[in-house]
Order: sequence, then C-alpha cells, then structure tokens
Amino acid sequence: MSNEIILIDDYVVNVADLNKSFGANHVLRGINLHVQRGEVVCIIGPSGSGKSTLLRCINMLEKPSSGTIVVLGRELTHIDCDIDEARTKIGMVFQQFNLFPHMTALENICVAQRKVLGRSKAEAEMKGLQLLARVGLTEKADAYPGQLSGGQQQRVAIARALAMDPDVMLFDEATSALDPELVGDVLTVMKNLAEEGMTMLVVTHEMGFASNVATRVVFMDDGVIVEEGPPSQVIAAPREVRTQMFLSSVLNH
Amino acid sequence: MAVSKRQRAMYIRYAVYALSVAAVIAVALFVDWEKLQRAMFDWAIVQEQFPRILISAAKNTVIFTILGFAGGLSFGLLFALMRLSTIRPYRWLAATYIEIFRGIPLLVTLLILGFGIPIATGWQWPNPFLQGAVPLALVASAYMAETIRAGIEAVPKGQMEAARSLGMSYPRAMITIIIPQALRIIIPPLTNEFVLLIKDTSLISVLGVTDATRDLARFGRDGVNHSANATPLIVAGLVYLAMTLPLTQLVAYMERRAKAAGK
Repeated sequence: MSNEIILIDDYVVNVADLNKSFGANHVLRGINLHVQRGEVVCIIGPSGSGKSTLLRCINMLEKPSSGTIVVLGRELTHIDCDIDEARTKIGMVFQQFNLFPHMTALENICVAQRKVLGRSKAEAEMKGLQLLARVGLTEKADAYPGQLSGGQQQRVAIARALAMDPDVMLFDEATSALDPELVGDVLTVMKNLAEEGMTMLVVTHEMGFASNVATRVVFMDDGVIVEEGPPSQVIAAPREVRTQMFLSSVLNH
Repeated sequence: MAVSKRQRAMYIRYAVYALSVAAVIAVALFVDWEKLQRAMFDWAIVQEQFPRILISAAKNTVIFTILGFAGGLSFGLLFALMRLSTIRPYRWLAATYIEIFRGIPLLVTLLILGFGIPIATGWQWPNPFLQGAVPLALVASAYMAETIRAGIEAVPKGQMEAARSLGMSYPRAMITIIIPQALRIIIPPLTNEFVLLIKDTSLISVLGVTDATRDLARFGRDGVNHSANATPLIVAGLVYLAMTLPLTQLVAYMERRAKAAGK
C-alpha cells in the first residue's frame, strides 16, 4: 500500500489555513488542525476565542472565508462537494441539545436514519433502542424532549448523532447548558464513546474531562491555536503564557 | 373618614354596573318590540329561509371558504418559502406579490379578476365557484404567507442546524422538521384567517353569481329584495355567527393553553 492511502485513511479531519470572518470580525486566523482516527481532541480556550466556530466549520454549518477542510477524504470546501452526504458521517452534538420537540426520543433518533439513510422503520427503531440503552435511557423512548431533563435530552441528542454511524463526532460545549448535577451522566457517555475508539473533537470547559479523556488538547485564543499537545503538557505544564493565564483563571475557582 | 384607593375603585365599578343596567332597562322599555320584530325578525319569513339557507347558501359559503383557505394555504406556504429563500429574485417576487394583494381591497381584486379580465379578454371562468374562490385564495395567500413566514422564523435556528448536521437537505429539513413546528405555532393566527375568510366570502356576492352559487350574504340580500323585510339578512348574520363563534372560541382556548404552557 502506498503512503497516500494510509494518509487518507488515518486522518479523519484535516484543516488547512482556515480563516473565518463575520463582517469585520476576524474570528479564525489561519487554523491548521489534523486529527487522526481514534483521537480525542479537546479544544479549550476563553469564550470568543473561535473554538465553537472552528467546530462548526468542520461540518460546514459555518462557511469558511478561506482555507480547506478535508473530512474523511472529502474536501468539504470544494464547490462540488455533496455536503449533505458528507455530514451523515460527521455527528454533531450542540450546547442547546436541539432535539426536535415534536418528536419522541425514539423518533428523534429514527427520523434521519429513515429520511436520509433510507433505513426501514423496524431497522431504525432497533438501532434507536440499542442506542437509547447505551446512553441509559431505554425507558424514555416514548418521552418527548419537553418531558426530559437537560442531561437526558443531551444523551438522546448523542444517540441521535450516533444513529447515523458517524466516523467522527463533534461536541460543541455539550455540557455547558446543563445543571451541574447533570453534567456527570453526559460526560460518562462521552468517555465511554472515547474508550470505544470514536474519533472526537470536543469543545469544552470541563478541564477534568480534557485531562482524563483527551489524547490531545488544543488551546485557542483570539482565533489562533496557541498551544497543542497531550493534556499532561497543555493542561499540567503549559508552555505559553496565554495558556497559563487561561488555565489559572479556570482552575483556581 | 378617608376613602382608600381600593374602595374608591370599587365604588366606581358599582356605579358603572348600575348605569349599564339602567341603560339596558331604558332601551327595553322604550323600544317598540313588536314593530321591531315585524321588520327584522318576522317568524314566518325566518321559517321561509329554512332549509334552503343551510343546504344551499351556507353550503356555498363553506365551499368558497374551503377553496379560498386551501388555495391560500398552499400558495401562502410557497410565497413564505420564497421570501425566506437565499435567491434574491424569489424574495423580490414574493414580496411584490404580497404587497400587491395586501394593498388592494379584496372587493377590487374580485371585480378585476372576476369581471374585468373576462370582459377585457373574452376569456371565461370555467367554473362559477372558481371565479369567486380564486381571487379570494390569492388575497388570502398574501396574508397567510406573512403568517407562515413568521411561524417559520419563530422555530429556533438550532432546529435547522441539527437537521442539517444529520445530513438532511434544506428542503427535507424544512418539510420534516421546521414546517411541522411552524404550523403548530401558527394554528391560532391561521384559524383567525379562516374566520376572516368566512366573512370575506360575502364579498363574492358582487359578482352576480347564479342561483346555484349564491352564498349566505347574497341569499340574505335577495331575501330582503323579495320580502321588503330585514329578516333574511338577520338570519344570514346569525348563520355566519354560528360558523365563526365556535372558531373564535377555539382560538381563545388555544391561546389560553399556549399561555399556560409557556409559564
């Protein structure tokens, strides 16, 4: 096998010289990020640093101003890219859960399986019930989102994303909108997912999760990646002053 | 003894009640009820109206309303989606359409489309129901387009993002995720549009429709011409109320429930 094939196979996400502006506001300034299969990359940084925008660019919910994004061998920034098809392989979990309120938990998990992947009702529901069991919510299959706690909603949202059999999962501050006592259950689901070998990009404020689960931590500030490396380096012994300042403000409270 | 603010408000309320009761009693005493009943609610004429007023006139009103509503809803949805489109000419086209049909009185639109164009071009309406219902639907669609657009915009942005992130195309996400939620939001205003439409069908009577397509208003007017008595119009008004009151009550109920759910 040639090197090239191994490259395509191993790198799940390749971001090169990514820039994003909202009007005059230059939010991302030349981001380069490469994520290999099975990596769990935690992106940390102060609010407004561009970490959520970076994540949203990776599945093109935000259109980059310039630069290239290659996910699973598809160049998403190419004009001919079928973005809908590409997104089926990129799961996303949102801060506000964004469950469909007019559908039950199980229907939330089944709707895209059926309408996008064309699975049968029985097939989709079997998969849906398996996933609900995996996130510990079997008994909530017929509950509507409004009847679930925030933590339960977020676990359903994770199951909904997993139902598409994605090759990479994006978590955009998945626990930031939760009451503190509900954060643990969601983090446990994410940790199990990481241990099963899922490739994950996680924008988070949970330093404990980043320390224990991440294979790599990326610190962003002001639209650039300031420092990246294993948590033992970036979180435990940061080299950059900006990283040190951020961590001391986050950890000393 | 000082009168507190609350007591004063109570006295004022009692005074208003007393005056209202006095006014009702005065009207009841001084009006010549027999004469009034003969002119406006002659029982013999009331009975003459039935059952034709229900099996013909009210039925036609319902047909015009349903045609107008179905057409208005479909075109309204189309124009709402065009107004939300990223393609500029679509937005302009929809905005122009909406402004034109909201800006011209329904009566004028009815006369232009129902009368003017056939006279000017020699083209004839294939069906007398369509002659009235199509202008009604076009005007209704302009109003409904704005209602539907407001409903779609009231669905949180995250819903579209979640649907797209699962690989749904924009049209698929609209149909499966956004529009069902938007319709739920706009059921009360849409029911109000339906009530307005029931009443607006009365304007179709200016088109000189045939016996078979006479609506309630025309039926009442013809009855007045025939009997030289106001009773047929009063009865027609009561039949309108019988249709609209349950619907306005339904809207009030839905709005109360929505308010309670929002708390």
